[in-house]
Amino acid sequence: MADFLPQFTQQLINGLSLGAIYALIAIGYTMVYGIIGMINFAHGEIYMIGAYVSLVTLTALGAQSGVPLPIVLGAALLVSVVVTAGYGFAVERFAYRPLRGGPRLVPLISAIGMSILLQNYVALGQGARDVSVPQLIAGGIDIQMGEGYSVVLPYSRLAIICVTVVLMVALTLFIQYSRMGRACRACAQDMGMSNLLGIDTNRVISFTFMLGAILAAVGGMLIGLSVGRLSPFIGFIAGLKAFTAAVLGGIGSIPGAMLGGIVLGLAETFAAGYMPSQYKDVVAFSLLVLVLLFWPTGLLGKSRLEKV
Amino acid sequence: MSQNLKNAAIAALLTAVLVTPIIGLQLQRQNFELTLIPHWDKVVLASAAVFLIQLLHPYLFRNGRTAIRLPAWPQLQPRQQRIGMLVLLAIGFAWPFFGSRGAVDLATLALIYVVLGLGLNIVVGFAGLLDLGYVGFYAIGGYTYALLYNYFGFGFWESLPVAAAMAALAGFLLGFPVLRLRGDYLAIVTLGFGEIIRLMLNNMTELTGGPDGISGIPKPTVFGIEMTRRASTEGGTTFHELLGLSYQSQHMVIYMYLLALILAVFTWFVSNRLIRMPIGRAWEALREDEIACRSLGLNPTAVKLSAFTLGATFAGLAGSFFAARQGLVNPESFTFIESALILAVVVLGGMGSQLGVVLAAILITVLPEIARGLAEYRMLIFGLVMVLMMIWRPQGLLPATRPQVELPT
Amino acid sequence: MSSALLEVTGLRMGFGGLVAVDNVEFTVKRDEIFAIIGPNGAGKTTVFNCVSGFYKPLAGEIVLDGERITGKPSHQVARRGLVRTFQNIRLFKQLTAVENLLVAQHRQLKTGLVSGLLKTPGFRRSEQEALQRAAFWLDRVGLRAFANRPAGTLAYGHQRRLEIARCMITEPRLLLLDEPAAGLNPQEKRELQLLIDELRRDHGVAVLLIEHDMGLVMGVSDRILVMDHGKQITTDIPERVRADERVIKAYLGES
Repeated sequence: MADFLPQFTQQLINGLSLGAIYALIAIGYTMVYGIIGMINFAHGEIYMIGAYVSLVTLTALGAQSGVPLPIVLGAALLVSVVVTAGYGFAVERFAYRPLRGGPRLVPLISAIGMSILLQNYVALGQGARDVSVPQLIAGGIDIQMGEGYSVVLPYSRLAIICVTVVLMVALTLFIQYSRMGRACRACAQDMGMSNLLGIDTNRVISFTFMLGAILAAVGGMLIGLSVGRLSPFIGFIAGLKAFTAAVLGGIGSIPGAMLGGIVLGLAETFAAGYMPSQYKDVVAFSLLVLVLLFWPTGLLGKSRLEKV
Repeated sequence: MSQNLKNAAIAALLTAVLVTPIIGLQLQRQNFELTLIPHWDKVVLASAAVFLIQLLHPYLFRNGRTAIRLPAWPQLQPRQQRIGMLVLLAIGFAWPFFGSRGAVDLATLALIYVVLGLGLNIVVGFAGLLDLGYVGFYAIGGYTYALLYNYFGFGFWESLPVAAAMAALAGFLLGFPVLRLRGDYLAIVTLGFGEIIRLMLNNMTELTGGPDGISGIPKPTVFGIEMTRRASTEGGTTFHELLGLSYQSQHMVIYMYLLALILAVFTWFVSNRLIRMPIGRAWEALREDEIACRSLGLNPTAVKLSAFTLGATFAGLAGSFFAARQGLVNPESFTFIESALILAVVVLGGMGSQLGVVLAAILITVLPEIARGLAEYRMLIFGLVMVLMMIWRPQGLLPATRPQVELPT
Repeated sequence: MSSALLEVTGLRMGFGGLVAVDNVEFTVKRDEIFAIIGPNGAGKTTVFNCVSGFYKPLAGEIVLDGERITGKPSHQVARRGLVRTFQNIRLFKQLTAVENLLVAQHRQLKTGLVSGLLKTPGFRRSEQEALQRAAFWLDRVGLRAFANRPAGTLAYGHQRRLEIARCMITEPRLLLLDEPAAGLNPQEKRELQLLIDELRRDHGVAVLLIEHDMGLVMGVSDRILVMDHGKQITTDIPERVRADERVIKAYLGES
């Protein structure tokens, strides 16, 4: 029993940081779904691209010695966010916009094609094998829990939690009070009406994709630094898990995506303690299936009565 | 024109910025240090390509509608479709007598995709249900034969109906809870189920051999007579001994091909009948308006379930044939990409169009063989084609023509 | 056997705090043509959706021919002989007119999978009979000439008739028509009135309809239920409804 508390604290931090990453990606799913009602299947790949761009920038800056670490990290984050936002914009422009207004399954199939395209594009450019990310944020806080037990809370994971909290607050304020945020909410309620009222809906949609990509890029950079490994195929599973988080929280709801991400991260981390490790993905997919089947409205979603 | 030029320049610049960190600067590990190898030529190439496409954009597309004509056959009447099928069939039966060993083997693979494509076409094309986990039923078919052989010594012919039945059962059981979901959620849930099936096969090492799978699966017999160099049992007769021929491995290749052809013809026949039966009409009606169907007393879940189960059955047949052809099964063969590939066959051919699906299945297996130099780019091109098809021709290369019931007026 | 075909008691339905239908009660007798009228937003279609199983009412009972159907899914309600049309016509637009009528017979066709695959004589006969029934109904509503046209390409009035034929081919006991005269010209309205009368006379079907066209309602209905703001104002024969102060007030507002 004595080792319960340290272990619990460790797991809690792990779960929260994992959940924060899910939340960052899930917001992209939920906002796009809320506005144009499509599952952006390629969003996981956007996250993966964010991770790669940040690693490339880190490597490029790391070559020049003498630059302080915070500046290197800040610059990598900035470049990653800008470039990934560009990808979000380009994907929507190229693969989804021409299909708008068609049958529901057409954009989904296009998104699946986009996902395969991006995966293999990165695999061609950067190699299909894992690359390791240098441990730039090393060390952690050592907490003594008494009786000789101690817990190490890695800075990299704490950074994930802190950065995510800051971004979530900023996003909430932005959606609530800014002009663009209001336009986003208006479009989510009624696209046609917003258009009639003079909102440039194309711009709002582009913006939504870019915003989702920015958050995913931050998530990608943070996960690279904390896990220390990247491959062109990390986006598929992460994307599906984040989508599960978005549905769990109630698709279309931004606070829901945050909550769903945290809940999923915690559940996965604590369940992993009782499960052979190779069943981790089985658990994740089972959760995906169960949530969609039995709780499609999620925690904060609204159920809609079918129009007859 | 200058506006156009400006747009193209902006697009090219954007492309340069976007592709630089992915293909322009390649990460390379040297002496425990990550370094970057620049490939500026690729960046320039990509930007130039985007510049040109963007520059020509107004001439390629007018008013958002495409002005370029994709290669596509004209809308075929049911009669012409039937003739097309007969021609394909004639080529199919003549093939092994003219084609080389490699060509026949490749054609066998193409026929497996024909079966899978036609099977998925029932689900996606006829009933309009996007099933992203179709490969799961394919896996169940393959593993059913592999396991029955491994543990009970079943042969191909005994296993084939069991494999079909197991896949159908799986389709029924999985379909039951999922089919009340909306289209896009259904797609993701089926994807989840497909992955769960694969991961379970991967993890249950004692039963399935884990990632290594099961090997040494025998080829089908000819009415109980083995087609091997030597009989596996003492005193058994083999095919070439019986006919007094010398043993040639070519015979087996042709035999497998003909079996695949029969399987494909059977699948085509069944799906062709289904769409003309009351159940086929119900699928079409359901695809159009579920509420109207309910108001007429059709149980949507039951109607969808029938499509889902029938589609799974064909995946099961294809799976056990696949196991026999390869001689081994492992989870690697049943990834999501495989599902996407089969879906691409249906989408490319034209959802609901049987002839289109057959042609697309042939195209998708034969093209990578012809363009071997592009092997590296295979999946990239494949993803791109899926996107472009949705933009330019969502109805597929050979759009479906509905068989109509004619009533004299 | 009581004379009541459909009995609705204490029906209540709402959407998130908003009460759309409150305590509505009525009975449709066998062979009766019964109309529900009321201003827009009175809750008429909500009553329809509850009765036909598309909505689950919050309270109340719906009994069809002695059998409780409250909360049963719509396709099961339809199988018990209660079939409806829709305000904004829901035909299978890509299917031809005759195919629409074939789909509607899905429940009556009892051929199995194997007989269909093998095209057995039994299957052919069954399909032939289905086709004949479809031909009969196309004749009946005067659409035989358009049998092989996609339903979506038919004229509006024809689509309305086809939707009614599609209901009738399921051999219902109670036919629910949701604003069948909407968008029809006066000539078509007269034909519709005639058709409704004939359906009852020749096919023994009771009709429950929602309609705004007073001429049609007064001409065809045996009894009329008037609704306003989700509440039932009165249920009576047309002559008395016409003269009812409360009804006039509901339509014209307080003055």
